[in-house]
Amino acid sequence: MTALVTDSNMAAPDDFYEALLEMHCGLSENDSAVVNAKLILLLANHIGDAEILRQALQFAREDVEGSAGGSSAADPA
Amino acid sequence: MSPAASALQMKTYANPVYEYRRVAEQDGATARRGVVVVGAGPVGLAAAIDLGQRGIPVLILDEDDTVSVGSRAICYAKRTLEILDRLHCGESVVDKGVRWNVGRVFDGAELAYRFDLLPESGHRRPAFVNLQQYHFEECLVRRAQELEGVALRWRHKVVAVASHADGVTLRVVTPEGEYALDCDWLIACDGARSPLRSMLGLDTEGQVFHDRFLIADIHMTSDFPTERWFWFNPPFHPGQSVLLHRQADNVWRIDFQLGWDADPELEKTPERILPRLRAMLGPDATFEIEWASVYSFQCRRMQRFRHQRVLFAGDCAHLVSPFGARGANSGIQDTDNLVWKLDLVLHGKAPEGLLDSYDAERIAAADENILNSTRSTDFITPKSAVSRTFRDAVLALARRYPFARRLVNSGRLSVPKVLDASPLNTPDCDRFAGAMVPGAPAADAPVEGPRGGWLLDYLGGDFCVLTFGEAPGATDIARLAAWPVGVRVVHVGAGAHAACTVLTDREGLAAARYDSASGACYLMRPDQHVVARWRKFDIDAVHAALGRATAREGTTP
Repeated sequence: MTALVTDSNMAAPDDFYEALLEMHCGLSENDSAVVNAKLILLLANHIGDAEILRQALQFAREDVEGSAGGSSAADPA
Repeated sequence: MSPAASALQMKTYANPVYEYRRVAEQDGATARRGVVVVGAGPVGLAAAIDLGQRGIPVLILDEDDTVSVGSRAICYAKRTLEILDRLHCGESVVDKGVRWNVGRVFDGAELAYRFDLLPESGHRRPAFVNLQQYHFEECLVRRAQELEGVALRWRHKVVAVASHADGVTLRVVTPEGEYALDCDWLIACDGARSPLRSMLGLDTEGQVFHDRFLIADIHMTSDFPTERWFWFNPPFHPGQSVLLHRQADNVWRIDFQLGWDADPELEKTPERILPRLRAMLGPDATFEIEWASVYSFQCRRMQRFRHQRVLFAGDCAHLVSPFGARGANSGIQDTDNLVWKLDLVLHGKAPEGLLDSYDAERIAAADENILNSTRSTDFITPKSAVSRTFRDAVLALARRYPFARRLVNSGRLSVPKVLDASPLNTPDCDRFAGAMVPGAPAADAPVEGPRGGWLLDYLGGDFCVLTFGEAPGATDIARLAAWPVGVRVVHVGAGAHAACTVLTDREGLAAARYDSASGACYLMRPDQHVVARWRKFDIDAVHAALGRATAREGTTP
């Protein structure tokens, strides 16, 4: 089974993080939400693999409050 | 769908009035009937025509004396037209209706993308024909009236039903009083609010969507192309969606999303409808409202479609939102699936258990339709802020990037269910490519042959083997024909025996669509679905597959 890469996979993580924040510069909260959604859709299409995407959806949701009906998330230690 | 209201006088159409007739049962006759159909809508009529063509006498009871009041269902899919061809009313529906293959989706005022539902040629029927439901029903009534064994009883309303292991008893009310009617089998096609379902204490399960829509059918001369146009958030109806379809006789269907808070009584009034139309069509457009209705919709189905000798088909068995045209189209596939099975059971050629496959196959189809319809609804009516954000993100991306166009969901338009999990199928033992898997509805292709220019003209009605490459020999052809469930042979290519139907595939499209370069033999069901296939014809393999396809595995078919 293909697994979502969760070890560091970026040559320059700080550069990416900065670029991510810069992308949102000057946007309203609403516009930022739209831009984030577009980013997710672009990346998801690039990945394509349904199993990888399923894992990403699951991991993203882990440990977030209000997960009514959520999976058997591990206790936050 | 549940119309909250319909009003206004139609300008282009006057409903026919079918005559109520007194029948023998009202004067004490008690003859038991074989098959009774309740409901003379598109689904009930299709069922009765199919039965009539098979020489099975059938009675249709309808509480009304006319066809649909107002247009309602308008989009008839390719598969429905192919089924109607077998019922000899495809041509009249296509002639009266308007054909379309192309849809456009707009985001605001701008085109987000365009799609073609039938991008390849070599099919007799287009992706869709739009036709007002009343015209559609009239075509089917005319066909039913041609058939000797089909009796239509208008203003005969079923008011009580009792179901037994071996039949059904009905009480029927007419303008001249009541009578009782016994039958062996009852096909319930009495619509979304099915009185029969309620009288039998049966229910449907599913969900109601919190949104309301205004349907307006207008008469207008316009040079809009014959395409499906869908707007998300158009400038003339901000924040909501709008759908435009052309119908016959210059009647146009416009569907305005109103939101859950809209007042259905108020929204159906011309004072509310006209400004919406004016905003959309411009100050100079001339049009007249034909019919209008405000509705909300649901996705739900019965747990089972067969209850002893009562078989539910169409909207009474399953309901979907109108986005995708999966209502009437799936109902007609229901009866296409059901009637050949009932025919074999009635003639003792298959056990009653064959009808359980109607349940299995059409429930799988209903679930597929409900899934698609629910997903469309989630896109058209986002249920949360984040769901709206993603919807708007998809639309924005779709203008530039092809990948996002496949995420836009303004309705996934009706395609027939591939019955790939059917218990009637024989799994492949040979390797095949392409779409014609066991359970798939047969692909059409242009051919030359004795009875017409399309492959589907030669399939259906009864079982047949469709062979490419090496043809079966005379002895095998005779044996297949002599089985109680007889099997015809249709051969594509040269060198076949005169006892089978021989077709020429000049363009090679049949060969390509059936992946037959190295020879192929398909066993086709009476409803034109593939049920088994092999690289070479083998009579024992056909025998076994036919036994399985008629629910009498291991016995003589």
